[in-house]
Amino acid sequence: MARLEVLKTYKIFIGGQFPRTESGRYYPLTNKKGEVIANICLSSRKDFRNSVVAARGAFGGWAGRAAFNRSQILYRIAEMMEGRKEQFISELILQGSSSKSAKEEVELSIDRMVYYAGWCDKYQALFSSVNPVASSHFNFSVPEPSGVVAIIADEATSLLGLVSSITPVIAGGNTCVVLASETKPLCAVTFSEVLNTSDLPGGVVNIITGNSAELHSHFSTHMDVNAVIYCRADKAEIKTIKENASLNVKRVFINNKENIFSEKAQSPYLIFDVQEIKTTWHPIENIGSAKGGY
Amino acid sequence: MTKKTKEPTLDFTTDWAYAPAPEDSKHISLKKQYDLFINGEFVKPNSKKYFATYNPATEEKIADIAEADEKDVDNAVKAARKAFDKWSKISAKERGKYIYRISRLMQERAREFAVIETIDGGKPIRESRDIDVPLAANHFFYYAGWADKLEYAFPNRTPKPLGVAGQIIPWNFPLLMAAWKIAPALATGNTVVLKPAETTSLTALKLAELIRDSGLPDGVVNIITGAGRTGAAIVNHPDINKIAFTGSTDVGKMIQKAIAGTDKKLTLELGGKAANIIFEDAPLDQAVEGIVNGIFFNQGHVCCAGSRLFVQESVADIVIRKLKDRMETLIVGDPMDKNTDIGAINSKEQLLKINKYIKIGKDEGAEMYQSSCSIPNKGNFCRPTLFLNASQSHRVVQEEIFGPVLTVQTFRTIEEVIEKANNIPYGLSAGVWTDKGSKIFNLTTKLRAGVVWANTYNKFDPTSPFGGYKESGFGREGGLNGLMPYLKF
Repeated sequence: MARLEVLKTYKIFIGGQFPRTESGRYYPLTNKKGEVIANICLSSRKDFRNSVVAARGAFGGWAGRAAFNRSQILYRIAEMMEGRKEQFISELILQGSSSKSAKEEVELSIDRMVYYAGWCDKYQALFSSVNPVASSHFNFSVPEPSGVVAIIADEATSLLGLVSSITPVIAGGNTCVVLASETKPLCAVTFSEVLNTSDLPGGVVNIITGNSAELHSHFSTHMDVNAVIYCRADKAEIKTIKENASLNVKRVFINNKENIFSEKAQSPYLIFDVQEIKTTWHPIENIGSAKGGY
Repeated sequence: MTKKTKEPTLDFTTDWAYAPAPEDSKHISLKKQYDLFINGEFVKPNSKKYFATYNPATEEKIADIAEADEKDVDNAVKAARKAFDKWSKISAKERGKYIYRISRLMQERAREFAVIETIDGGKPIRESRDIDVPLAANHFFYYAGWADKLEYAFPNRTPKPLGVAGQIIPWNFPLLMAAWKIAPALATGNTVVLKPAETTSLTALKLAELIRDSGLPDGVVNIITGAGRTGAAIVNHPDINKIAFTGSTDVGKMIQKAIAGTDKKLTLELGGKAANIIFEDAPLDQAVEGIVNGIFFNQGHVCCAGSRLFVQESVADIVIRKLKDRMETLIVGDPMDKNTDIGAINSKEQLLKINKYIKIGKDEGAEMYQSSCSIPNKGNFCRPTLFLNASQSHRVVQEEIFGPVLTVQTFRTIEEVIEKANNIPYGLSAGVWTDKGSKIFNLTTKLRAGVVWANTYNKFDPTSPFGGYKESGFGREGGLNGLMPYLKF
């Protein structure tokens, strides 16, 4: 007698845990033939709000980690992804990719994770400065993370868009809440499981599944979100997000121009987008007639 | 008069008084009426309307200023668009030289600018002469040098100008804010339509004359005057590529919303409510100077003013006593007098707003203290004011007053003061006073603010990026970072 396969329940990822949506709602995910593959959580405003609480709670600790430590954790994520490679590929195929393009997408996603793992302790040197002010002060500027970032990830890809938008955000010490691709959500759920086994503190990345038309206004009105990154093309949603962002002067980035399969879609400037420049001043003591020691 | 308190106090009773030391204003040249500076010349406004600008210290009218309407704004944008083609294509080296020229001309006419700034805006001549005008000239000089070096600023990128920048500036540092806006825009190859605040148009218009004299190609900088309606016309103009705004958080939010459906780039430099934190191991006399400079500089009309004082409990009594003593010595009065520490409040409207907050503070139950100094009978003046025993939920603690009003709170631990300092929607600046280096770095790392002054306050420099976190805005002005908002890659 054939063995009965154990099917996976796809859940969302909030604060390092895997709850179902509090709303109890779901949407059926179908393959090309119209067969139901899985029931996916149709996340609600409340799920989003819970995620923001988790992300805010995790922010201080994550931003305060040594950059080298963040670097190692991102690299660890890449290691875990490599181990799950076959699973990602089969999910992509299940969601309509050819086996060749599935393999390409997964490998590029892993490599992109490694790329940003390397940036964690390097972008600071690129974007910092010591500023030669004319008065008797020592003055320097450094980038610091903006805070909690809400991301509406690429709809067209299941894994690469997700990784491309999350990674520069967390490499820079921010925490985030991410809406995964609605039509291709499977890899997002598996990616959450990867994150959960990679020493990434709970709450740094929160991933929910659902519908952008329903959630984008909540992403952009929440008063404890510091920035929104939108990776889709819906002009009406973009306008609403930008308008709502004015409620608490959120930073808004519309990242839908670059082909995410290209080299140009990875850059330290994407880390810089969600950084704030902090400038610190301190007096330099000028002792009467003392001369320099040269 | 000496105040009677139980504490030992200084006796300020003396027969000696400061002799008046007025700055001469005969050397300045001002017209009775100012038109709009569009395409290299002064033109009458399409609106045919003019509004008066007053000296806030004497309430005397100085001049009539043109009010630009939508058509005038459109003319200015058209001139800027036409000029953009050439300006963005001339060699970067030549572009830089034009900006150097502007800087040099401003240095030559510095005293005239300082006097007009003080007459029109009410700030003490000492500040306009020693801070506003030199910093404005230096800002042009600094960015002039960037013009032909942009490819070194952004590794692996090819920077390109955006086009026409619409710039709207406030009344607290009129000339300096014009410089902060125009200099980086020109250095990066953009053209400009700038609107000064309606109560302080004069130095921007004098800058327009200077720019005309400098030989800058027509239309590269257009300066148009008016109030909110003129500003809205700039924000909503379809052929503007970039809006740069400095002003209140409320207006900043309106602008962000207004341009939501467009591709306009935006930088906002908005309000603040900075914590100025004094630890028990701070050099207290220096700290008191820092507190005074933090809140009473420019009558407190400073977005980064240190308007929330946090004093560690163990030294609160002594710091407050020293602060009160120091406040007694502040001279409030004629901005043109070189001895004056605190000049005139910029406008009647602003004075009303400050007085409204002083009433709110009293009604909320904070304990008010004001210096006993005399203030002139005429003009807009406000005594330096403290609110002691203020609490975190008081409106005078939460909201930006933009005047010489300081709230005082005490704290015991570092954790407590970080929590209180950050627990506010603003994040522009902060101050920390302690002799312990590790404590400074701990604090400066954890304070969510764009500028942190340690053992100093209210210092500015063209090389030093300035701008806020959270609802204090985004984008930086000054330094390498100040180029970025005017470029695309």
